[in-house]
Amino acid sequence: MSTVITLSVLVQNNPGVLARIAGLFARRGFNIESLSVGPTEREGYSRITLVVDSRDANTAEQITKQLNKLVEVVKITEMEKGQTVRRELILVKVKATASERGDILALVDTFRGKVVDVAADALMIEVTGKFGKIQAFLEMIAPYGIKELVQSGSVALARGSKAITDRSRDKTIRVNR
Amino acid sequence: MTTMTGAQSLVKALESVGVEVAFGIPGGQVLPLFDPLFDSSIRHILVRHEQGAAHAAEGYAMATGRVGVCIATSGPGATNLVTGLADAYMDSVPIVAVTGQVPSTAIGTDAFQEADIRGITFPITKHSFLVTRAEDIPQAIAEAFHIASTGRPGPVLVDVTKDALNGTTQWHWPIPIELPGYKPTITPHSRQVAQAARMIAEASRPVLYVGGGLVKAQAAQALAAVVDRAPMPVVTTLMGRGIFPDSHDLNFGMPGMHGTVAAVGALQKADLLIAVGVRFDDRVTGDKATFAPGAKVIHCDIDPAEIGKNRVADLPIVGDAKLMLTDLERHLADLELPDRSEWIEYLANLRRRYPTWAGDKGDGALQPQEVIRRIGQLAPEDTIFVTGVGQHQMWSAHFLPHDQPYRWLTSGGAGTMGYCVPAAMGAKVGCPDTMVWGIDGDGCFQMTNQELTTCALNQIPIKIAVINNQVLGMVRQWQTLFYNERYSNSELHTDRYPDFVKLAEAMGCVGLRATTEEEVDAVLAQAMMINDRPVVVEFVVQKNAMVWPMVPAGTSNEEINYARDMAPTWEEEDL
Ligand SMILES: Cc1ncc(C[n+]2csc(CCOP(=O)(O)OP(=O)(O)O)c2C)c(N)n1
Repeated sequence: MSTVITLSVLVQNNPGVLARIAGLFARRGFNIESLSVGPTEREGYSRITLVVDSRDANTAEQITKQLNKLVEVVKITEMEKGQTVRRELILVKVKATASERGDILALVDTFRGKVVDVAADALMIEVTGKFGKIQAFLEMIAPYGIKELVQSGSVALARGSKAITDRSRDKTIRVNR
Repeated sequence: MTTMTGAQSLVKALESVGVEVAFGIPGGQVLPLFDPLFDSSIRHILVRHEQGAAHAAEGYAMATGRVGVCIATSGPGATNLVTGLADAYMDSVPIVAVTGQVPSTAIGTDAFQEADIRGITFPITKHSFLVTRAEDIPQAIAEAFHIASTGRPGPVLVDVTKDALNGTTQWHWPIPIELPGYKPTITPHSRQVAQAARMIAEASRPVLYVGGGLVKAQAAQALAAVVDRAPMPVVTTLMGRGIFPDSHDLNFGMPGMHGTVAAVGALQKADLLIAVGVRFDDRVTGDKATFAPGAKVIHCDIDPAEIGKNRVADLPIVGDAKLMLTDLERHLADLELPDRSEWIEYLANLRRRYPTWAGDKGDGALQPQEVIRRIGQLAPEDTIFVTGVGQHQMWSAHFLPHDQPYRWLTSGGAGTMGYCVPAAMGAKVGCPDTMVWGIDGDGCFQMTNQELTTCALNQIPIKIAVINNQVLGMVRQWQTLFYNERYSNSELHTDRYPDFVKLAEAMGCVGLRATTEEEVDAVLAQAMMINDRPVVVEFVVQKNAMVWPMVPAGTSNEEINYARDMAPTWEEEDL
């Protein structure tokens, strides 16, 4: 049984911090499904969204605790289903003959995507959304012929007005389950 | 504010955090640091191999409770530290390693003697810094010492580029430590501790399972107070030997693969483990599924990640072991405690029936167990003992006195052959008025004995007993038991070369040898008299002696044998 969890990790943006995190996952045999990293509202801090396949609840707890031990990790929150807005982005280049173009554009519209580049026989489409929506879009578009696909990692924020840094200044330590 | 070079600020920062001693070797990229070090109050000891510097820093740290320091140049100098850093990481030893690095402009170009030592050591350091600007050096040093010595201690690396060392900066001190992501939990939750006390009061077969964490927390007194208040069996892991006196009736010895039958039995039959400063290492638990099957677990550690890692804890307590035990004793004082004499008697009976070594004489040559026991008997009470890794280490764990805390240095988590001589050197530098005995194997000794030259030149009069069984004894033991006595590459032929006595003398030490029982006491008496030079005593012992008891790797603790093919009966037949 596997449990996929999403962790939002606030880190000091020091050189090497990503290598440390990637190394930790490799060394302890944890699996990263997706990872995205970027700056935050605070200078000097980055936010890493990690989607992790954590065989069981115990492993999930170990992952959080081991991450917490990294000195540059300031805060970790596990993003709870239902309380979280989560997005991925794809750019996909689809074969599009003149006769198919109309159908494809209709699909893009349904999924609230955008055509971002047009070539004689192809379209580049941008779609954002939850994992499931993106998968559904890709299934629909596949029959036309996907020439190239790039997909971002997940990014996620908790709903409501609070920020990750509000809840407590200390690290979340989930020992006292 | 004064203007100075980065290197000068590094030396000044080391002085300001209280460093008195460092071990290292200079080289191209770190030369700017060695220049101001020449004028510093810090005693820098020039070692013969950087691995020796790292282990010496560990030995110094373990013996003094302070942060040990080692220094190396970039590239091979830095990579030579790796084994020592890994060792310190596994055993939570607070050391700071300062390494030179190629100039920041040359990083990434495969410059001469460039190695990404920070990248190499990510998995084996508590934290690390790469400093590329002179003005950042004091901050990195201040934070490195803070991280190394607080929370769960560990090794920290500070890699400094040559241009940072050569650059100029304004000196200011003290430096506020800015580590928003580093806030170790020190004070245990009092409600949890109260709950622990209640669980202890309710248990009928509790066992205190304690280890190296108590050594780091200097919690020997706090532990003794708990056992006084609530008498119950204690087992001390390899890293925790000495934290509770072996001479105490309630100490049932070391648990684990080579633990005593009584200690292993205690864990297996317990209904409550009070695990403090231990990490349920596989060398203690054996097969985890069958480890301590009937026990609830209270697990206290300063590192929350240890709790629940190997064994689910019924009651987790994060915090300093000394504070926890002190608090626990207070809570226990309010409780009515049941009579545990039957449980204690059960274990005492196991101890009587299955002594760790029955004193058998083997083939007539010196018995290594006897030699080690004798060293322990003749050495002063407060002697610091340091070991290598192998059979002699296990025998040292069992047969040295272990009645005093903080006097036992051994490489536990990593099992690093070569630890003994340099760690003993570091311990002696830290505690010059205390006798330091290294108990080393003939294999281990050949890995790092060159530091005896360092000792001889620097007036560091350690004593090393080489337990020469002519083989890689622990390897041979496994080959005897599990590989049909096929002794592939475990014969060292140390009966031919080297001549340990001559080798010792060549390095400026006194070299002695004992081959018979009568000679043992004589050479030991002689060795203990010498105070102006290091001494090496070779004990030529039999090669077939084996470490018992033993739980074969990966099997259940229930499979423990106290001698070859001899399994204990847990209940006395006529009971
Ligand atoms: C650096 C290193 N290499 C290899 C080993 C594997 N190993 C463990 S014990 C041992 C034999 C040690 O031999 P010796 O020093 O003679 O001690 P003895 O077991 O004979 O007491 C070996 C090779 C190790 N622990 N460390």
